[in-house]
Amino acid sequence: MNAMNWLAVYPEILLLVMACVVALVDLYVTCPRRTPTYLLTLASLAAVGAMHLFYFNGGYTHYAMNRMVVTDPMGHLLALFACLAVFVTLVYSRPYAESRDILKGELFSLSLLSLLGMCIMLSGNNFLVLYLGLEVMSLSLYALVALRRDHAGATEAAMKYFVLGAIASGFLLYGMSMMYGATGSLDLGKVFEAIGKGDVNRQVLVFGVVFIVSGLAFKFGAVPFHMWVPDVYQGAPTAATLLIASAPKIAAFGMTIRVLVEGLLGLAVDWQQMLVVLSVCSLVVGNLAAIAQTNLKRMLAYSTIAQMGFMMLGLVSGVVNGNTLSAANAYSSAMFYMITYVVTTLGTFGLIMLMARQGFESEEISDFAGLNQRSPQLAAIMGIFMFSLAGIPPTVGFYAKLSVLQALISTNDTFYLVLAIFAVVLSLIGAFYYLRIVKVMYFDKATDTQPIVAEGGARAVLSLNGAAVLVLGILPGGLMAMCAQAIVKALAT
Amino acid sequence: MAYLSLAIWVPVVFGAILLALGRDDNAGMVRWLALVGAVVSFLITLPLVTGFDVASAAMQFQENLPWIERFNVRYHLGVDGISVWFVLLTAFITIIVVISAWEVITERVHQYMGAFLILSGLMVGVFSAVDGLLFYVFFEATLIPMYIIIGIWGGPRRVYAAFKFFLYTLAGSLLMLIALIYLYYKSGGSFDILTWHKLPLAAMPQAMLFFAFFAAFAVKVPMWPVHTWLPDAHVEAPTGGSVVLAAIMLKLGAYGFLRFSLPIVPDAAHTYAPFIITISLIAVIYIGLVALVQNDMKKLVAYSSIAHMGFVTLGFFIFSELGISGGLVQMISHGFVSGAMFLSIGVLYDRVHSREIASYGGVVNTMPKFAAFAVFFGMANCGLPGTAGFIGEWMVILGAVKYNFWIGLLAATALIFGAAYTLWMIKRVYFGDVANDHVRELTDINSREFLMLALLAIATLAMGLYPKPFTDVMHTSVVELIRHVGVSKL
Repeated sequence: MNAMNWLAVYPEILLLVMACVVALVDLYVTCPRRTPTYLLTLASLAAVGAMHLFYFNGGYTHYAMNRMVVTDPMGHLLALFACLAVFVTLVYSRPYAESRDILKGELFSLSLLSLLGMCIMLSGNNFLVLYLGLEVMSLSLYALVALRRDHAGATEAAMKYFVLGAIASGFLLYGMSMMYGATGSLDLGKVFEAIGKGDVNRQVLVFGVVFIVSGLAFKFGAVPFHMWVPDVYQGAPTAATLLIASAPKIAAFGMTIRVLVEGLLGLAVDWQQMLVVLSVCSLVVGNLAAIAQTNLKRMLAYSTIAQMGFMMLGLVSGVVNGNTLSAANAYSSAMFYMITYVVTTLGTFGLIMLMARQGFESEEISDFAGLNQRSPQLAAIMGIFMFSLAGIPPTVGFYAKLSVLQALISTNDTFYLVLAIFAVVLSLIGAFYYLRIVKVMYFDKATDTQPIVAEGGARAVLSLNGAAVLVLGILPGGLMAMCAQAIVKALAT
Repeated sequence: MAYLSLAIWVPVVFGAILLALGRDDNAGMVRWLALVGAVVSFLITLPLVTGFDVASAAMQFQENLPWIERFNVRYHLGVDGISVWFVLLTAFITIIVVISAWEVITERVHQYMGAFLILSGLMVGVFSAVDGLLFYVFFEATLIPMYIIIGIWGGPRRVYAAFKFFLYTLAGSLLMLIALIYLYYKSGGSFDILTWHKLPLAAMPQAMLFFAFFAAFAVKVPMWPVHTWLPDAHVEAPTGGSVVLAAIMLKLGAYGFLRFSLPIVPDAAHTYAPFIITISLIAVIYIGLVALVQNDMKKLVAYSSIAHMGFVTLGFFIFSELGISGGLVQMISHGFVSGAMFLSIGVLYDRVHSREIASYGGVVNTMPKFAAFAVFFGMANCGLPGTAGFIGEWMVILGAVKYNFWIGLLAATALIFGAAYTLWMIKRVYFGDVANDHVRELTDINSREFLMLALLAIATLAMGLYPKPFTDVMHTSVVELIRHVGVSKL
């Protein structure tokens, strides 16, 4: 195996090439529906996804580009779901974007570029590479939020997202520089070894960890770095909201595992404490603030904050009293939580877009009143998503919560048991506002009687999405096993 | 033959088909399909009793397949003498519910019928799950259809009632989920309930597990003081919803005590038995008095349900065969009788659109056939010998007197209160002179209503006159349970 090992980065190369090709091809497309661009983008995503699936099945761990990037099953599995998320996002977005005059070539090439950034975040083995991946992703997303530039809300959201995002990137970079200063390397493996030896100044390390965790927490939208989430979710065009809410969370999760686990596991005691605080605050603020919302996108933003808090509980139970026995169980439960959360979120925002039409956003909760009378199929699908987010079986959200709770309880430690009970109590509060959506759809009378015009393709994918949440809820074993296997392999190196 | 799987999934599949194919313009077809689904589902459960080996306390008709291998969760089904009758009861009541909704529900019929069929399958799943997580999934999943049923077809305060129902139950069962995960780790990675039965546990974990299970099951039963969701849910739910709630859903909680609390944490169960007995007696006496002063018939029957379920939990926690068998018999008979009481109220409500006792009077003059049924079920509700209501109460009181005379005496007062509130309601609603024009214009029950009430009356009478088949099936399992609970796990 040579040091460059180009084979390992073929998916990323393909993605980069296709992003450029899509941008160029679009110049010659005159069709207002951008059909050639659209199909080419979807084909590229399918091809990249297939490559990731193939690599994941291979199950090997390789380093490439002189140890700059790593390719392992965890990275490929997460990248596969990121591809899937972007693919589904674009299918949902097309009719919505068309009626809002943002169906341009930029939408497609920027989506591909942001996915490229995510893939780099998932496979980076070096602080700088990870940072570059993050920036590639973030810059594309800032532009996507601002795509509807004559819309005041969207512009404001983009500005907010950009300024706060830049600060978070700054935090992250500052933390990384301290790590470099303390250990003398940017390579995650070498940092890990240096910390393991124990002759590094711990104060600098801990200081660096604080900045790194803050930067990552911003990407998750964890309290107190959550200020941007509700405003951006609400202000951005729903297509961009969905792109921010889905795939980047997977990428941020992958990056967290790379940095905190593969690089800084030796400092777990320190970053776990921080994550506990972040997740407890997120659960409280997210769940309580969501109750008061009348705008569905804003409510889902607070719900995301709460869900991320729950997911992080999986990350904090990896190292107990210096013992890493439960690490694989803990991280794979968080990974399962993250993937299933993204699958569910795709559907909820997809449905909001499906309900929208020319000059009508359909993002107030009251817009869903009596949906069961207007379209029982859509109401049932949304109902499945809401029950899944609330964690009620037999939807996949239940197993996500179950796996995180079992990770906490498996530690056999009173502190973690208390955390589990706390999380359960707050998810009970959370159930209230998810149930309220079901109530609005099923128990209230329809105020809006206009027929729902939904494109066949988006409708079909939405049905599949709903079915996926239900089927994964009845047979969750396969995905759980895949997550476990991926994390075990990632920890082994 | 995988009878249990069929008993669970046939109604669920029928329900799913109804949801998929039903529209507002094919309601007639939907009704017949629902009836076929309910009857087929019931017929499937019959071999469970005819093929049941009464000499064995083990799980029968077992199916055991891997489900979620990562956590060693298995699709493990089975019934013993304790659970088998409830599988039949569930399927039976579903037929009644489908018949009761025939002309009454005119809006979104397919969703109504579909929800009840799916609910029926899920409840059978609760009674036949031998895997802890499988039990939990079914237990929680039942909330979704019932929430929808109360919320769509319920009364004026249906939204409040639906939320209260859902959140109360969820609050209790989430604590149980933590208990289940704890047991999973304590038992070295198994969700099998039978393994947990044999698992040795120290006093402190037992106490915590006991209260975690108590949180889930006491809310569901419901026991005083966490019973307040039930009157709301009962009053607001449509007739079918009230019937299923009273006849089956409440039994899920009581059944949970027998399947989890008693055998898994026997020492804690003994330690806290006085506590349970106390709140059971409060339910029997205090709630009985509360029932006496209700103006709303549905509310009255709802409080009567709580009082009757107090009898059940009282019977369970005196740890004798009479008590536990009596509690189980009481659960089944209450399933018939309370279901019939709610149907009777539904019959009146469909005609007059009032549940107030004061709106009626002298119904017997205009609806003689119906009044005969109503009086019969009223008598069964207050435990008249010869009806199903008598057997269970009598066994529990007998067991309680043996356990402690004073407890038996207090429990026996329930017979007086039960008779008081039921008969007084019957007197005010059915007897006397015709009270107003609404009552004067009443038409007697049609053949559909006659059928559903007659089916329940036959069941009530059969169980009251010849309870042996019921108690025979339970006997071995109950004896084994008592033997098991008697052995300390410390």
